[in-house]
Amino acid sequence: MSNAVQSQASNGSWSKRINLNALLIEGRALIALAIIIVTFSIMTPNFLQPDNLLIMTRHVAMNAILALGMLLVILNGGIDLSVGSTVGLSGVIAGYLLRGYDLPLTELIAYPPVWVVVLIACAAGMLIGYVNGILVSRFRVAPFIATLGMLYVARGFALLITNGETFTDLFGRPELGNTGFVSTLAGRPLGIPMPVWVMAAVAAAFSLLLTRTPFGRWLYATGSNSRAAELSGVPVKKVQTRIYILSGVCAGIVGVLLTADLPAATPRAGEFYELNAIAAVVIGGATLSGGRGTVRGTLIGAFVIGFLVDGLVLIGVSVFWQQVIKGAVIILAVALDQAQQRLQRRRGTARAQGSTPAPGPTSPSRPRHGEPAAQGSTR
Amino acid sequence: MNQDSPALAATGADAETSGAGNGTVVLRAIDIAKQYGVTRALKGVNFEVRRGKVTVLFGENGAGKSTLMKILAGIEQPTRGRLELDGAPVVLRSPTDAVDRGISIIHQELNLCHNLSVRDNIFLGRELRTPRGGIDYARENQLTRKLLAWLEESITPETIVGDLRLGQQQIVEIARALSTDARILIMDEPTSALSAADVEVLFKVIHELTANGVAVVYISHHLEEALAIADYAVVFRDGVLVAEAEAADIDLPWVVGAMVGGDADYDFRSGPREYGEVRLSVENVSVVDPDGSGRMVVNDVSLQVRAGEVVCLYGLMGAGRTELVEALAGREPMASGRVRLDGVDVTRMSIAERISQGMGLVPEDRQRDGLVQMMSVGSNLSLASLLSTVKGWFLSGRRERANVESQIASVRIKAAGPSAPITSLSGGNQQKVVLGKMLLTGPSVLLLDEPTRGIDVGAKGEIYNLIFREASKGLAVLYVTSEIGEALAASHRIVVMAKGRVVREFDPATCTREDVMAASGESEPDQRAHPIGANE
Repeated sequence: MSNAVQSQASNGSWSKRINLNALLIEGRALIALAIIIVTFSIMTPNFLQPDNLLIMTRHVAMNAILALGMLLVILNGGIDLSVGSTVGLSGVIAGYLLRGYDLPLTELIAYPPVWVVVLIACAAGMLIGYVNGILVSRFRVAPFIATLGMLYVARGFALLITNGETFTDLFGRPELGNTGFVSTLAGRPLGIPMPVWVMAAVAAAFSLLLTRTPFGRWLYATGSNSRAAELSGVPVKKVQTRIYILSGVCAGIVGVLLTADLPAATPRAGEFYELNAIAAVVIGGATLSGGRGTVRGTLIGAFVIGFLVDGLVLIGVSVFWQQVIKGAVIILAVALDQAQQRLQRRRGTARAQGSTPAPGPTSPSRPRHGEPAAQGSTR
Repeated sequence: MNQDSPALAATGADAETSGAGNGTVVLRAIDIAKQYGVTRALKGVNFEVRRGKVTVLFGENGAGKSTLMKILAGIEQPTRGRLELDGAPVVLRSPTDAVDRGISIIHQELNLCHNLSVRDNIFLGRELRTPRGGIDYARENQLTRKLLAWLEESITPETIVGDLRLGQQQIVEIARALSTDARILIMDEPTSALSAADVEVLFKVIHELTANGVAVVYISHHLEEALAIADYAVVFRDGVLVAEAEAADIDLPWVVGAMVGGDADYDFRSGPREYGEVRLSVENVSVVDPDGSGRMVVNDVSLQVRAGEVVCLYGLMGAGRTELVEALAGREPMASGRVRLDGVDVTRMSIAERISQGMGLVPEDRQRDGLVQMMSVGSNLSLASLLSTVKGWFLSGRRERANVESQIASVRIKAAGPSAPITSLSGGNQQKVVLGKMLLTGPSVLLLDEPTRGIDVGAKGEIYNLIFREASKGLAVLYVTSEIGEALAASHRIVVMAKGRVVREFDPATCTREDVMAASGESEPDQRAHPIGANE
């Protein structure tokens, strides 16, 4: 059962050699990405134009940041459906604070500086994530249900704060000292859009987190077998709570970036983003049951989704067909992944038994369910 | 390597004609070889299954027994060689193919749907139909009741399998195989979770089956038990059938000798010894049934283990031993009582805190609770002691590698290397990984729950050698076993539990097997009639 996890879980420590399986799994997503790029650049010369690339990578980056947070949750065997709503809520909070905040019991209006606005908006994402984490780890609510509930709660708060309206005045005023929100966060340091920088930073941090820290190892272990992890002294609940917090923070960051990018804070921002994030993670080779997935794969998955969607728009495919094609690609990616898993498991078992001094014929291949005693007898 | 025993060579071909011919060969495997990658799991084996007889396979893990059984049951295809059923060549393409020809297998691992009832599990995939096309529950219930009565198990057909204890689940698995009316029945470790009373019933059923002409192939690591049921014994070693004999002609030392190719050392104690100070002190501990029956599964238990001492916790299935050690490890909450570790009260501590305080558990179910299947051997070994390898913010690959490599050498794990998948190891080596993982945390008290279940004689010896080696360095060991032979040979003290209480203590040097079994309630005949005694 050798697979990408091995590379994630053990490469960082001793196995420097490239794990062929991991390369193959991620390779397929890379091949898909190459096909998408080649196809679209043949169909429309605009596809590879710098302007278009900048737009596309900005879209990719937002989804990728969400997907990286989602990856942590999925590695644990969970799911976070609330990230789209958290994007909306954090964006709205940022917009609300930039417009000025009426201090209660006074005539004063507070205009917090931009960095405080950003922090508070991200903290809102953290809070949503914390609630998710507590619900899942302490109250044992199924992740799907807990985060589905928070999807509505967060969206509801976003609507309550704005009363359903959209804030467009986000530029601040020099005399109030709260300018720079849009210009910094939607800027292009060194010619590269801010969201791409943020994506790179988050990816680097999560990559270190997953491969080089005990927390990362604990996360893979709980995702694969939480009972064994717990008996090994892994703080299973703490790990679970923290990944939802990290996912919430990622959503908070995206909310801020998206608001600056538009530039507008709308309570409906981020709807269905959670689904794109999940798609990126699974296209990147992670399994929803947990324990398998990588940062690299998730990034590639986000590029596949983003380039595909934008490319279809660019060549003028109808919105309706876009949906069909996107759905088909997701299914195809995961179906191929499953087929490859099966193939590799078979080969891996053979190889493992070939390389072990004492192969346990009883150990690796668990008989599939229901056979053979459950099969019908003709007698 | 093997030769047909002369008595049977003559009868093989005409099995079909012999209606009453118990002992004729029904299934013959000729020159079977099986290769996985470069490993030859079977190297040209000739093997016969005889009508109405029990053929027992002995051999260590990795000797090729299970591989051969998988070939006979159509799960695996041989690389070389052929099968003959009733004297005619046959190819078994799939398990269904085998079942259609009357060959059924009871797997080592349980394959049951925990959410379904006993009845639904038994008839899964071949439900009985009413004329209208619905499921004929009445008939299924009736047949299930009959099967369970045969196995002397008082479960109702509608009981949900998940509510049953492990031993009862194994009986359901056996009932399912029996319900296929197979004429060749392969049992791969059917008794690993059964109590002594259940095993007796199973043997009675096997005798009835063989009397009706069913051929049984039986694998068990319980050597004495397997020898008791055997008509023929064959021994595998390294993919070769090294010896075969009629059971009447052989004894246990013969089997062990053939398996390991020499005499096995059965005593691990190195003479009388002075023990150190008390490391583990259990004071009036009670545990309520985690399944919510409100019963006390552990009732007011007190015991102490000293440094250097290996204490065996003996008892029947459901005596509360597993519940006790799991409560000590912090997995299940205690209703009352106190646990002290080197004088420190750990009663309120979490599992992680207890581990860092110096108490680790090697759990009963390796696959479910011991191993992280998706991780390598090395990552499994270091999992419990990761924090000790942290340098700054990050794991030190060098330190971790050093720990893991020294531990692989220290507990003698046979693996391709630290990065080999954990699932590629044999059961005994997987157990050494779980044990090595806990030893890496530097424990002062080690709890082990059935540390040798389902692993072969050679590995059992190695596990006990390890336990005693660590004990001689000052570790206090408390382990659970259901094998009386192990309890007597591999402990400094035997504590017997029954119905949640400690009933007696023995010195293994002076007590007899019968004393210990009597104290556990094993030999009382009325235990079986009242499942409460034997069950959880």
